[in-house]
Amino acid sequence: MDMWLGVLVMLVKMAVVLGVALGLAAYMILLERKLLGRFQVRYGPNRVGLFGLLQPLADGLKMLLKEDIIPDGVDRRIFLVAPAVVAGTALAAFAVVPFGEGLTFFGHTVPQVIVDSNVGLLMVLALSSLAVYGLALGAWTSDNKYSLLGGIRGAAQMISYELALGLSLVPVVMHARSLSLSDIVAAQSGLPFALMEPVAFATFIIASLAETKRIPFDLPEAENELQAGFHTEYSGMRFALFFVGEYVNMVLLGAVTAIFFLGGWHGPFFPPIVWLAVKVLAVPVFLIWTRASLPRLRYDQLMALGWKVLVPLALLNILVTGALLVLNA
Amino acid sequence: MTALGALFYLLAAVLLGAAILTATRRNPVHAVCCAVVVFLAVGGLFAVLGAPLPGVLMVVVYAGAIMVLFLFIIMLLGLPAGDGPLPAGRLLVPGILGAATLLALFVLIGADPAAQTLLPAAQASPAAVGTLLFDTYWLAVEAVSILLFAALAAALLLGRGRPGPGQPATGGRGA
Repeated sequence: MDMWLGVLVMLVKMAVVLGVALGLAAYMILLERKLLGRFQVRYGPNRVGLFGLLQPLADGLKMLLKEDIIPDGVDRRIFLVAPAVVAGTALAAFAVVPFGEGLTFFGHTVPQVIVDSNVGLLMVLALSSLAVYGLALGAWTSDNKYSLLGGIRGAAQMISYELALGLSLVPVVMHARSLSLSDIVAAQSGLPFALMEPVAFATFIIASLAETKRIPFDLPEAENELQAGFHTEYSGMRFALFFVGEYVNMVLLGAVTAIFFLGGWHGPFFPPIVWLAVKVLAVPVFLIWTRASLPRLRYDQLMALGWKVLVPLALLNILVTGALLVLNA
Repeated sequence: MTALGALFYLLAAVLLGAAILTATRRNPVHAVCCAVVVFLAVGGLFAVLGAPLPGVLMVVVYAGAIMVLFLFIIMLLGLPAGDGPLPAGRLLVPGILGAATLLALFVLIGADPAAQTLLPAAQASPAAVGTLLFDTYWLAVEAVSILLFAALAAALLLGRGRPGPGQPATGGRGA
């Protein structure tokens, strides 16, 4: 009986997390279009529903009704699977993200996380490193030179910045003494790690900007040189899946930034879930703001920034953090 | 059979199937995809055996980094894409060697009395794995890292080639 109750609770948790993640991702697209409109002194979408609030629904319907074109010469199986890899890995990472401390129902304490793994941080990194297959395979199989160039750029960029991303999280683990996301939040009940480790925070934000392939690092889909890069040949719902993946990734990035650096659900006056929501949403707004403000980097600048600035900086930061921890012990 | 036992055999079957596909595919990209499935299954096996850290590291390092590099090289080379398995003639000798190794392993492990007992279920925490690596086996870990660094430096030296007269040693800008 207890086992079936456990399975039921797990299924409900999965449904809630998937619903919240996908819903937020859909409205993230609207938020981005609205904010970009404001940054460019225009209104943005405001025709579908009140303030354009039904725009994501209209977009989704339009994508579903479009013809799903599979070009000649593509490797069919890989072409069909690639967008699902991008969206699937982003959604799967939410499994280890905690949304608060345990809730108590009828004497049972239910943790607000699907899996509280003791290697949660590494699982997030593992899934984000698998996402590159969707991009690279989709690009390779499209049989289009612009797609291929975009895919090669994407693969190189993600390998390079993954290193800086992983290294920037090492000081967090050194302070929290755990790889579990719940423990990392618990370690920040005093001071958030963003204030304790500003260098790690900065490297993390820059590296994750590059991992999400957004301006100023959107070389894999640079419109003025590569058409649409890796997703040039995709249409209809498969094209939309690439976008769902990208926006779910933005929400995920907000969630992990809040947990690793901004103190998770800790904060004064307001209930924990409000603090978490504010922190999770602050990061995508920052990403949209950078998109509206910064030009795209050149490719060699991108590689130089990753290997010659971020990686040495992150390594040096680990050294300094380790030294300070040993001295204080 | 327990649920973990069933999961073990399921993962092992996926692993073997994907490994055979990896070795026999004519299309290099298909082989890479199958190899990724192999590494995911190995990671799952580690997790089932109670060691989540090596399991996740398997996915991060092998599936997430090394196989991406393979894919990257294949995309850069632009190899002609074949389809289906390699011809049987080319698979004969490696197939016999592989089968013989597997048979020898089964015989050797079956002969060992220690292999007959069931291991107790264990949970290795990440901290315990770290202590084992950097406390008990620190010398081996450091030796491997120096070896890898030497290999990296040698590859860089060989890859650059000899600079001609009046030519800079490095390639162009960028990477």
